[in-house]
Amino acid sequence: MAKILSYEEKDTWIHELSGVTKLIFFLLWCLTSMLTYDTRVLVTMLILALIIFKISQTEWKQVGAVFKLVMVFLVFNVLAIYLFSPDQGTAIYGTKTVLFHIAGRYDVTMEQLFYELNVVIKYFTVIPAVFMFLVTTNPSEFAASLNKMGVSYNVGYSISIALRYIPDVQGEFTKIKHAQEARGIEMSGKASLISRIKNTATIIFPLIFSSMDRIDVVSNAMELRGFGKHKKRTWYMGKPLGRNDYLAIAFTVLFSVAALVVTFADGSRFYNPFG
Amino acid sequence: MKLKFGIKEVVAIGIGTALFVALTQIQIPTGIPNTYLQPRMAIMAFLAAVFGPIVGAVVGLLGHALGDAMFYGSVWWSWVFPDGLVGLAIGLFAAKYAVKEGGFDKKAIILFNVAQIVVNAVAWIGLAPLLDILIYAEPVEKLFVQGAGAFLGNILIIGILGTLLCAGYSKIGAKSSSLSKED
Repeated sequence: MAKILSYEEKDTWIHELSGVTKLIFFLLWCLTSMLTYDTRVLVTMLILALIIFKISQTEWKQVGAVFKLVMVFLVFNVLAIYLFSPDQGTAIYGTKTVLFHIAGRYDVTMEQLFYELNVVIKYFTVIPAVFMFLVTTNPSEFAASLNKMGVSYNVGYSISIALRYIPDVQGEFTKIKHAQEARGIEMSGKASLISRIKNTATIIFPLIFSSMDRIDVVSNAMELRGFGKHKKRTWYMGKPLGRNDYLAIAFTVLFSVAALVVTFADGSRFYNPFG
Repeated sequence: MKLKFGIKEVVAIGIGTALFVALTQIQIPTGIPNTYLQPRMAIMAFLAAVFGPIVGAVVGLLGHALGDAMFYGSVWWSWVFPDGLVGLAIGLFAAKYAVKEGGFDKKAIILFNVAQIVVNAVAWIGLAPLLDILIYAEPVEKLFVQGAGAFLGNILIIGILGTLLCAGYSKIGAKSSSLSKED
């Protein structure tokens, strides 16, 4: 079974922060990284992300497997960009400094390399933020904090149930898959496309039906305990935002605004060292 | 059409999202580069058909964002929103499919597939590349090829697996309420 990122308890101030604070950080961080192509901003974000990652005491064995997968995607993406559009850099920066020629329309230009470097840094600024959010946020506390922020507790509960049941559903998926493989159903690349779809269906059908049962059981249990009867509810894991939370949120907002101001100061989201 | 949002929907979003995330790991390569059949899309279409547009949209949004984050370590936002749109649009006709009541017949199958093909076209050939261009400023040709690939992969998997799931579940649902009064 593929190892996925999940919460692990540790004693750092990042773990102590409210889940909502980390969500705000995560969303604003992604947004800023999405909008900016300014190399100076991206490098600053990269350094900050690495520092935060270090402080959260995340270990390689928690994220290593996923990290390798991200690297594969990154390489494919960078190659695909070049394959489809070797002159994207020139189109953006307006100059063309050819380093050497490969074949046909494929030149290697400084502008293209610089543009793709920006794409790579963009990836690397987001990855630590995603890892940090997932491995340091306690799902129960997160749901409670969301509700404290004024989000409807139905929404909080949906998210909490999702996070709670991902390992269960995954375990069940693996169990069904092993059972079907024991019956001789081929799941690997050896089978043809149509038979692979059919074979996948032999896992998905039982999984769906047991999940539909689970939905019935869980919602009946909640109904019996009077879920949704009142407008408000209390939480075991909830905690109010503390001083560190406000500081972190303030920092995130200020940083994002500053980053965007710097990025768009010259009217373009790109930083042009060639001009 | 009335929008229902009760305990069942809360739980369906939760467990549906968990399903969607868990199934992120199955990707069937089609032989066309960068194009995979994603069974998780069929699951989302099924849940939308059973529980309606809100469940479909939230499972698409939340499931895609969480699944990508957990398995790939980064979230491709411009593809998260089209996924939510697909779930929403398929779910709009939930009452017409009547999956739970055993009413998923030929007419419902046609409606389900017309809806999914139209919304997939809008989402993957229109919305996703558009957001990609706005947000990521990547080369336009690459984005439209990727979008077209996603469109093909998704209509195939939802058309085959999604339809089968709805039909199968509809049959079981019908059995539990197929008692008729004896004279």
